Amino acid sequence: MSLNRDQIAMRVAQELQDGYYVNLGIGIPTLVANYVPSDIEVMLQSENGLLGIGPYPTEDQVDADMINAGKETVTAAVGASIFSSAESFAMIRGGHVDLTVLGAFEVDQHGNIASYMIPGKLVKGMGGAMDLVAGADNIIVTMSHADKRDNSKLLENCTLPLTGVGCVKRVVTNLAVMEIKDGAFHLLERAPGVSVEEIQQKTAGKLVVPDNVPEMSFGQ
Amino acid sequence: MSGFNKVVSSYQEAMVGLTDDMTIIAGGFGLCGIPEGLISEIKHMGVKGLTIVSNNCGTDNFGLGILLEDKQIKKMVSSYVGENAEFERQYLSGELDVELTPQGTLAEKMRAGGAGIPAFYTATGVGTPVAEGKEVKQFNGRDYILEESVTGNFAIVKAWKADKIGNLIYRDTAMNFNPMAATAGKITVVEVEEIVEVGELDPNHIHTPGIYVNRIIKGSFDKRIEKITLAKN
Repeated sequence: MSLNRDQIAMRVAQELQDGYYVNLGIGIPTLVANYVPSDIEVMLQSENGLLGIGPYPTEDQVDADMINAGKETVTAAVGASIFSSAESFAMIRGGHVDLTVLGAFEVDQHGNIASYMIPGKLVKGMGGAMDLVAGADNIIVTMSHADKRDNSKLLENCTLPLTGVGCVKRVVTNLAVMEIKDGAFHLLERAPGVSVEEIQQKTAGKLVVPDNVPEMSFGQ
Repeated sequence: MSGFNKVVSSYQEAMVGLTDDMTIIAGGFGLCGIPEGLISEIKHMGVKGLTIVSNNCGTDNFGLGILLEDKQIKKMVSSYVGENAEFERQYLSGELDVELTPQGTLAEKMRAGGAGIPAFYTATGVGTPVAEGKEVKQFNGRDYILEESVTGNFAIVKAWKADKIGNLIYRDTAMNFNPMAATAGKITVVEVEEIVEVGELDPNHIHTPGIYVNRIIKGSFDKRIEKITLAKN
């Protein structure tokens, strides 16, 4: 079974470590916050200028001045700090954030990522993504393995304008967990019930498959 | 109090001197922390050919987005424009020039511009379309690109409180780009929720010192929210 969005987020949450400062991008990455293991503490950074994102507000707590990078209303966690965009990106660009999780349109076997525009069709902009991928050592990309027509999004070379070069080391998709090194995707885990053959078929880039590829474990 | 009192009483007075083809640096992130009344005044003035440096361009009917309706903007320097269909339409049709700029680079361009630093090197954007035409230099074995800073004829800023001499305090994430924008305008105009007497703000808590500020106006704000997300019970 291919993972749904929440299951991808659950799998990413297993990569969190106690004491991590973490930046979660828009979409599936945001859901990771719902699955932080109860025995660890992490602090979430929002690049518009908040370190320590709290839960969504109750109706009474809604405040137009308090939003996250996805422009959703949020609250500040206990121990949070608020600062300017320059300060926020000093943290990011200075390598102070321990883990960045973001989405992508394409990733390739060289660790390149394309996530911000489709020429002539879709213009959104990179937001903070280029800063995040340039500033972080530890980047996880969440994405669907292939598009709706089963075209692979894990390529030999990205075809869309790049967000960053040689920066992605780990990808979690609806089908697999992969590491990128030495110019190839290395299959680490597969989604429960998904065959290695299906992953091979849907990976256009070079894929290294070890003898044993365990299924992802979600506890319980 | 005379020389340092920067309070003006009308939006007209606040934006006097803005003319066609000028560059404006604007604070705000999405619709959060934007100088709503100053933007309305720019629309009302009808100035055209503007270059606006701002993280976003509002939405179709609010914030800087309202300046697109009468095609007052010639060029936007922004990091994210995904919330605005008219923006996308004008860009894809070639009516609007857009310089997509990484968010951290944008913040640093304003900060450096206000601090008298003409350019800086950054790893952000290396090997991407952002790097096209820019100098690349290696430091400690890693490539960096040279980014030029920005300044504006005007900066428009939203703060929570100001005293009459322009010391500013922002509130929550409405701070965002405002402190950097405040430093990067030849004329910096600030729209605030409250103006207090000099001496009422604790000097330890000032975010933007008054030296950067030229004009202050007390506004009234809609404070629209783009996405209301609530806790699940």
